[in-house]
Amino acid sequence: MLGAGRVRSVIGRISDFSRAAALAALPLVLAATGAFAQPAGEPTVGAPVPWGMGLQASGGPIKDAISEFNTLVFWIIVGITIFVGVLLAWVLWRYNAARNPVASQTSHNTPLEIVWTVVPVLILIVIAVPSFRLIYYQDRARDAEFTVTVTGHQWYWNYRLPDHGNFAFDSRPVYDEDLRPGQLRNLEVDEPLVIPVGATIRVLTQGVDVIHSFFVPSLGVQKYTIPGRTLETWMRADRPGTYYGQCNQICGVNHWFMPIQIRAVPRQEFEAWVASARTRFAHTIPGNEAPALAEGAADTIRIAAARE
Amino acid sequence: MAHAAEAHHDHHDHKPGFVARWFFSTNHKDIGTLYILFSLFAAIIGIGISFLMRLELQQPGMQIFADGQVWNAYVSAHGLIMVFFVIMPALIGGFGNWFVPIMIGAPDMAFPRLNNISFWLMVPAFLLLAGSLFVGEGPGAGWTIYPPLSDNAFHPSPAMDMALFSLHLAGASSILGAANFITTIFNMRAPGMTLHKMPLFVWSILVTAFLLLLAVPVLGGAITMLITDRNFGTAFFDPAGGGDPVLFQHLFWFFGHPEVYIMILPAFGVISHVISTFSKKPVFGYLGMAYAMVAIGVVGFVVWAHHMYTSGIDVDTRAYFMAATMIIAVPTGVKIFSWIATMWGGSLKMDTPMLFAVGFIFLFTVGGVTGVVLANAGITQILHNTYYVVAHFHYVLSLGAVFGIYAGIYYWIGKMSGRQYPEKLGKIHFWLTFVGVNLTFFPMHFLGNQGMPRRYPDYPDAMWGWNLISSLGSYISIVSFLFFFYVMWVTLRRGEQAAPNYWGEGATTLEWQVSSPPPFHTFDELPRIR
Repeated sequence: MLGAGRVRSVIGRISDFSRAAALAALPLVLAATGAFAQPAGEPTVGAPVPWGMGLQASGGPIKDAISEFNTLVFWIIVGITIFVGVLLAWVLWRYNAARNPVASQTSHNTPLEIVWTVVPVLILIVIAVPSFRLIYYQDRARDAEFTVTVTGHQWYWNYRLPDHGNFAFDSRPVYDEDLRPGQLRNLEVDEPLVIPVGATIRVLTQGVDVIHSFFVPSLGVQKYTIPGRTLETWMRADRPGTYYGQCNQICGVNHWFMPIQIRAVPRQEFEAWVASARTRFAHTIPGNEAPALAEGAADTIRIAAARE
Repeated sequence: MAHAAEAHHDHHDHKPGFVARWFFSTNHKDIGTLYILFSLFAAIIGIGISFLMRLELQQPGMQIFADGQVWNAYVSAHGLIMVFFVIMPALIGGFGNWFVPIMIGAPDMAFPRLNNISFWLMVPAFLLLAGSLFVGEGPGAGWTIYPPLSDNAFHPSPAMDMALFSLHLAGASSILGAANFITTIFNMRAPGMTLHKMPLFVWSILVTAFLLLLAVPVLGGAITMLITDRNFGTAFFDPAGGGDPVLFQHLFWFFGHPEVYIMILPAFGVISHVISTFSKKPVFGYLGMAYAMVAIGVVGFVVWAHHMYTSGIDVDTRAYFMAATMIIAVPTGVKIFSWIATMWGGSLKMDTPMLFAVGFIFLFTVGGVTGVVLANAGITQILHNTYYVVAHFHYVLSLGAVFGIYAGIYYWIGKMSGRQYPEKLGKIHFWLTFVGVNLTFFPMHFLGNQGMPRRYPDYPDAMWGWNLISSLGSYISIVSFLFFFYVMWVTLRRGEQAAPNYWGEGATTLEWQVSSPPPFHTFDELPRIR
């Protein structure tokens, strides 16, 4: 079933992978604690790492807040699991038939039952208070600098920047054979969304065909794109870097192949990108959409190719 | 007629012929056996599909599936088969039918013929679902079948209609079965068997039956609307016609969340019996245990939108569903601690059913605490639909409910078949399963933390490592599943004759008062419970 080319590419991937895995030995330890630290100065890469166990690297305040809260909950659940595990182990050892041939017939202990009802409630309150704070923080931007409208399509993303001349562009996956060295398979796109570092961005999600999910873990953002609805969320990248995501709601044949790539760059670079994008995507500005038809035809061909 | 009936009573253990006994059966024990056999058969298909899925995910790239649509169809079929045709029939139809009437001292179920049709609706339901994989593009919208993806614009062939009709049949079967259990438990308890003396397994089935009765009709309504959207031009879920895709999500999860408790509550019941028997102690905090299940059932109906945190529901609504969801941890904790307290001070015998029960307690705790993580909408913002969720629900279902099924089978196989399983082989089966499933599902937490979305046949290369470990674990699980069939074969062929109460003093419920297997008509006269 495997062609020679495929075998070669699999072997290539194996060696790439083992090299990457060796490099990842240190981050592995850090990732296990959920606090994945990036060296200062280096651009952040918001992507999975080989053998990663914790959450992805953090690119902005929402993800920072999620990570911090996640660490709290993580240690609580580890504590509970160890507590139950130790109780079980003790009971199995101490009350084994060999060690304890005659069973007691105790079947009630009201104070004990009250304790194991009340203590979990207290633990839940400890979790709930910061949890409520987190969801209200995540909900929407209070003072957004500008808006990005994200539309999920089968199987690519479309971004519109209404506050920057209202141009829009499609962001499509890069096929394996077109990857350049260092690019991440299944995560790279031809036209990443570019955002300025430090800008609070209102994100509006819309659907046109089926439901997709706009999901960028390293920026702590996820929202469905639902036909007939416009949903609001927000994001901000405080550190320059590239933040990857993938469609996260089953949407058909290429659900697994509609990545998201967001580049957070210094403000000047962002302005330059906007200037060039406005000319390149001038045809997408409302009132000027004539060439869109030809592009639509190209979509069909690409999708047909993807199904081969 | 009266005379004929009396004559029949004299030949108490007279069994009908093969066809009448197995195809037209109205005997709760025979129908229970049919359910268990059906569930095992469906498990071969459902687990077989998961084997193919793990083969595909063992390394990056597309290996054995032609494209993402075929993959989606198989993923959906795996979920639907395991939920509706493996776990539910085994726990509710199988153990429920077998032991609820015996445990309450009833001669049979209240409506034996209804019981028969409940079972036989499952067969065409399963055939429709399995068949849908071979029609058109298959039912590739996930087990959650969200429109618009499940609508005819995106799934035009009859495959989706077959899957939906399959759910209708399975749902009708569940509703009829639920009505039967509720009637039986409320009206046919032997004299002296008050509700507060009822064994916990019967309590678990009673609560489960109410959940089924209230939840499944909502699914029925939702998929009927979906069927008319697909075939008759309505637009309940189509915004172009004034409908709303999110409405379907609300309806689906109003069913779907109670459904997960439908799968786990009967396992809670089984585990309570096993723990008590092998500790030689009565269950600790019996009333707390019974009402914890009632509480889980009630609260289970008001938490559905925690599956929809990223669907755009209002932040205040998210806050409510978050709080309600976390509350479920409290009755669940009561159950976990009561099981441990039951063992505390006991005289523990670690036979296979007990191994599975203790394994259940620990693994259900792991699945439970990750549920607490996921209850927090703030974290779920980046864990929703990832492998973390897959890990969570496999820990509570694939390790929880399935360990409950295995515990029940080893606990009762001597009672049901009259032959006891070989202890050594049972233990080997336990350890193979325990190692296999943990190796399969634990790494999925890491993949989820790293952002791997579910329902993906291919993934970024960095996710390879844990996927490889998970696949290797799944192969061990498959071997353990095959080994289980070997153990059952040895049991039925060469197992020792089982005594009426082969577990001894710890086993106190009524099924241990009758022979193994029980006579065709269990009770000559109604037992009296003091």
